[in-house]
Amino acid sequence: MSITQFRTETRAWLEANCPKSMQKPVKKFTDLYWGGSKPYFDSEDQKIWFERMYERGWTVPHWPKVYGGGGLNKEEAKVLKQEMKALNCRPPLYSFGISMLGPALLHFGSEDQKLQYLPDITAGKIWWCQGYSEPGAGSDLAGLQTRAEDKGDHYLINGQKVWTSYADKADWIFCLVRTNTEGRKHAGISFLLIDMHTPGVSTRPIKLISGASPFCETFFDNVKVPKTNIVGEENGGWAIAKYLLTHEREMIAGIGEPAEVPLHQNAIDTIGLSNGMLADTILRPEIARWSMNNEIFKMTIARMLDEAKQGQSLGAKSSFLKYYGTELNKEKLELKLAATGQTGLVWEGEAYDDGHLPKYFCRTKGNSIEGGTSEIQLNIVSKHILRLPS
Amino acid sequence: MALVLTEEQQMLKDSAKEYLKEHAPVAALRKLRDERDEKGYNPSVWKAMADMGWASLTIPEAYGGLDFGYTGLGQILEETGRTLTASPLVSTVLLSTTLLNKAASDAQKEALLPAIAAGELLVAFASEESGVHRPLHITTSYTKAGDTYLLNGKKQFVLDGHVADKFIVSAKNEEDAISLFLVDADATGVAIERLTMMDSRNAAHVSLKNVHTNELLGVAGEGAALIETSLDIARVGLAAEMLGTTQEAFERTMSYIRERKQFGVPIGSFQALQHRAATMYGEIENCKSIVLAALQAIDADSEHLPRLASLAKAKLGETAQLVTNEAVQFYGGIGMTDDEEIGFFLKRARVAQQTFGDYNYHLDRYAKMNGY
Ligand SMILES: Cc1cc2nc3c(=O)[nH]c(=O)nc-3n(C[C@H](O)[C@H](O)[C@H](O)COP(=O)(O)OP(=O)(O)OC[C@H]3O[C@@H](n4cnc5c(N)ncnc54)[C@H](O)[C@@H]3O)c2cc1C
Repeated sequence: MSITQFRTETRAWLEANCPKSMQKPVKKFTDLYWGGSKPYFDSEDQKIWFERMYERGWTVPHWPKVYGGGGLNKEEAKVLKQEMKALNCRPPLYSFGISMLGPALLHFGSEDQKLQYLPDITAGKIWWCQGYSEPGAGSDLAGLQTRAEDKGDHYLINGQKVWTSYADKADWIFCLVRTNTEGRKHAGISFLLIDMHTPGVSTRPIKLISGASPFCETFFDNVKVPKTNIVGEENGGWAIAKYLLTHEREMIAGIGEPAEVPLHQNAIDTIGLSNGMLADTILRPEIARWSMNNEIFKMTIARMLDEAKQGQSLGAKSSFLKYYGTELNKEKLELKLAATGQTGLVWEGEAYDDGHLPKYFCRTKGNSIEGGTSEIQLNIVSKHILRLPS
Repeated sequence: MALVLTEEQQMLKDSAKEYLKEHAPVAALRKLRDERDEKGYNPSVWKAMADMGWASLTIPEAYGGLDFGYTGLGQILEETGRTLTASPLVSTVLLSTTLLNKAASDAQKEALLPAIAAGELLVAFASEESGVHRPLHITTSYTKAGDTYLLNGKKQFVLDGHVADKFIVSAKNEEDAISLFLVDADATGVAIERLTMMDSRNAAHVSLKNVHTNELLGVAGEGAALIETSLDIARVGLAAEMLGTTQEAFERTMSYIRERKQFGVPIGSFQALQHRAATMYGEIENCKSIVLAALQAIDADSEHLPRLASLAKAKLGETAQLVTNEAVQFYGGIGMTDDEEIGFFLKRARVAQQTFGDYNYHLDRYAKMNGY
């Protein structure tokens, strides 16, 4: 099929099959379907949309068909994305399995592991969470201490993770653990898949400044994990961790509520125009500057993806994208608050959208921390792209 | 369209890089400056550039051109931005040839385009009337006098006005309608005052006193739209040149801070410099994206060109300023010396920033285009 034909057919199919309520911007957590062993659909439309897309392999369109994906090549996947964007279609399934673990398994997993885990990710059967950070190992991730002791046929895990997003909802966790305490700290880390239902695993939610509590402390107390759950080599987990982080960063870079009302329209709505120009003459150039940077940055994401070869990750470039995209998102929310004044600060009440704006504003502050802080991204660009000495 | 160069465009860029490095490096500009060269560019280099087809890239084949497109021309401009090569490329090829392609009659094209393609004719656009970019603020007047037109007025900062063989002049009639005219540089009543700018390149004030011409360019009274679209193309082309200048200044600065030692270590190991460097890297990546997208929009005749042109000119203005300032700062004392070449980049950037509208001009235009 030619790509033009693919586009035409895809558009027609989406128009016929995507429920109207699934063509609205994502505003809250439950606007997305996250899957898991206790699936929760926010509406019948959400369920229909997921099932129709899953049937085509389009929950993860670019993965091979044997693993439950859609088998689309890079160009077709891009067209599908563009057509979904044109109609404002929500992703039918959203998960860390798709954006983080999947790419790592495709690259480093054994064939058995791919067949065991990937189809469940595309089907949304398992909710995965990410166990990287620890109380003493944030930016210095390789300093992690959670211990995995070799007990012959299994590992015995003891330690603590922190800031684990959705750990209280998750079925499985992909974890970085220490399998060797001697030598270079990077060389003693392994990448391990752990069933959260195993005895000894417990979680405790942490409340965020936004009021929500999507992340947790995660504790491992003598947890037995089969040795077959290791991905890649024992003590070879750091390379996988880094690879996966580049995918996480690409995902975070494209953050921001898509296809919503443009920022300048928010400002026009609340401040108004005078002589065809935003009445706040100081805010006007700030909004224009942000909008220009935002429009250009979208082109940069597209260009870098166009340049990358099929299936290849962006490597250190993802650090720049993550840095810039998250800083832009934070700046956008600052400007939104500036444009709405006191009204934008009301925390509760139906008339105020239950405080969506100020809560989201607070949440964006984490964008430049999660997945590696802005400072760490700049360090990576300096070292790996600009080759500046350390 | 994918935001990548075609193989042919990449080849053109590579060959331009090679030629310019060898024949028109920054040292050549310094020499022209120090010798107070009468022309301000090297005619034999320009001839060679024309022989390689660089003046013909946007000229249709019927008039001796290559019809290769603006994305290709943009690659050449980017490379001349790296070497700070002074040449009539911006005035004659990017701006005037665009105006001629869009508006000239067949006879005018026949007479002018093949000569431009051969590097034998220089045409400058005489339009601005003040130091600040206000493209449609025109007081130069035209009146019809029998078969000919009579022009009166003063044009300022005409790029390469001191070496042009012909001018394209914008003027208004009593009804405030703007038209364009072709005027010979040696016509009676034309007076040219050469200016030497901070970047050691040239512009001129051109005054017109009862100048006669019978060469109208395009349809009488429809000059405003013509000026705007041609300027948009020129803005994108100049942004491409600025991309080259900015990248070169940045790369030189990175080499410098990898080598220069203080406190017993390379200064590039200081995080205070590293983070600023990484930020600049990112802005340059954004510059590459908008320049390529805007060049492709010219070739695709896109309705989005005006917005993309303002985006490109604003972003490159902003980033060129940031990078050339930081370059001098990162070099330290030596960056302030005329012996070191980095200062040439600062100076070129400032002139290019003002030409065809600066950051503020295009920010304002972008906001207006978006209804605020
Ligand atoms: C909303 C959110 C969700 C998260 N989800 C997860 C998750 O699901 N799983 C998971 O494992 N983790 C998760 N994290 C944790 C996140 O990855 C860490 O918070 C992050 O890596 C920073 O570590 P830290 O909090 O220990 O801060 P620190 O490392 O203590 O950093 C504090 C400050 O010091 C700066 N700093 C540190 N080192 C340097 C340096 N070398 N150079 C310059 N500056 C430096 C930092 O940039 C930062 O500004 C999440 C975090 C947030 C905010």
